[in-house]
Amino acid sequence: MRFKRSRRGVEAKVEPGEAQVLAQCAGELLELLGTEEEASGDPLEALVGLPPGDVSPPDDPALARLFPSAYEGDDAAATEFRRFTESDLRAGKRAAASDALVSLQPLLSAGGKLVLDRDQADAWLSWLNDIRLVLGTRLDVTEDTYEEDIDPEDPRWQVMQVYSWLGWLQESLLSCLDPRAQV
Amino acid sequence: MTAPAQLDEPITDDDVTPDRPWITIVWNDPVNLMSYVTFVLMELFGYPREKAEKLMLDVHHKGKAVVSNGTREQMEHDVARLHARGLWATVQQD
Repeated sequence: MRFKRSRRGVEAKVEPGEAQVLAQCAGELLELLGTEEEASGDPLEALVGLPPGDVSPPDDPALARLFPSAYEGDDAAATEFRRFTESDLRAGKRAAASDALVSLQPLLSAGGKLVLDRDQADAWLSWLNDIRLVLGTRLDVTEDTYEEDIDPEDPRWQVMQVYSWLGWLQESLLSCLDPRAQV
Repeated sequence: MTAPAQLDEPITDDDVTPDRPWITIVWNDPVNLMSYVTFVLMELFGYPREKAEKLMLDVHHKGKAVVSNGTREQMEHDVARLHARGLWATVQQD
C-alpha cells in the first residue's frame, strides 16, 4: 500500500490485511478517545454545552501525549486551557478516526482502492499521526529505537511492526500533499 | 526569529501590547516524523519550507524551538492548532 496523487486528492491500492490492520488501529484510537459522553463527564454540563468541570491531565500516558499540557509549571493556566480546548480537540480526533473507519469498511474483505479527497487526506495525516503517538508512547520509543532492536519473541514485536509500517505509510501520504497555508 | 504573519485584530482597552510578548514553543518528541513537523509548520503558520525546516531541525537538535509569538490569546490559539496536529506545544511569556 502506497499513496499516490490523484486528481481529487490521493489514492492507494489496499490489501485486505492492510485494511484490517488500519481499521483495528482506528478502532483502538476511538476506544482510547472515549465516547462524547464519557469525555464530557457531567451530562448536564454536556447538555448545556458547558466545558466539563473535571479537566485534570489524563492519567494514561498515551492520552496525555494526545492532550498535552499547554503551560509548563502553571497548573491553573493549563487547567483553564484544557477546559476550553480539550473537548473540541477530542471531537476532531474522534471524527478523523471514525471517518477513516468508514472509508476502510468496504476494503476489509477483499481490499481495493482507497480514494481520499484533499480534506480526507488531511484527516488521515492526523489520525495516522495520533495512532503513532499512542503506539510510540506504549512502546516507549526513543529517537534511537529501530524495529530491528526488538526481538521477534518480544511481545512488543508485532506492535513495533505496525508502528514502523504506519510511519512509512504516513511518509508516503506526506509525499503526496502540499501544505495548504491556513494563515 | 521573525514574527509570523498575523491577522489585523482590533486592539481593545484590556488587550494592549504587552512589554513581554508570549511565545509558542514546540518540543522534541521521538514519534513525529521530521517531514510531518515541517509540513505542519508550513501549514499552520504559512512559513516557507526553508524556515519551517530550520525550526523543525532546531526542535530536533536543540529539543525545542519558538515557532510563533504574539498575544497570549494568539499563542493559545496556535498551541491548540498544534495539539490538533499532534505536536507537543506549550505557551509561555517570553
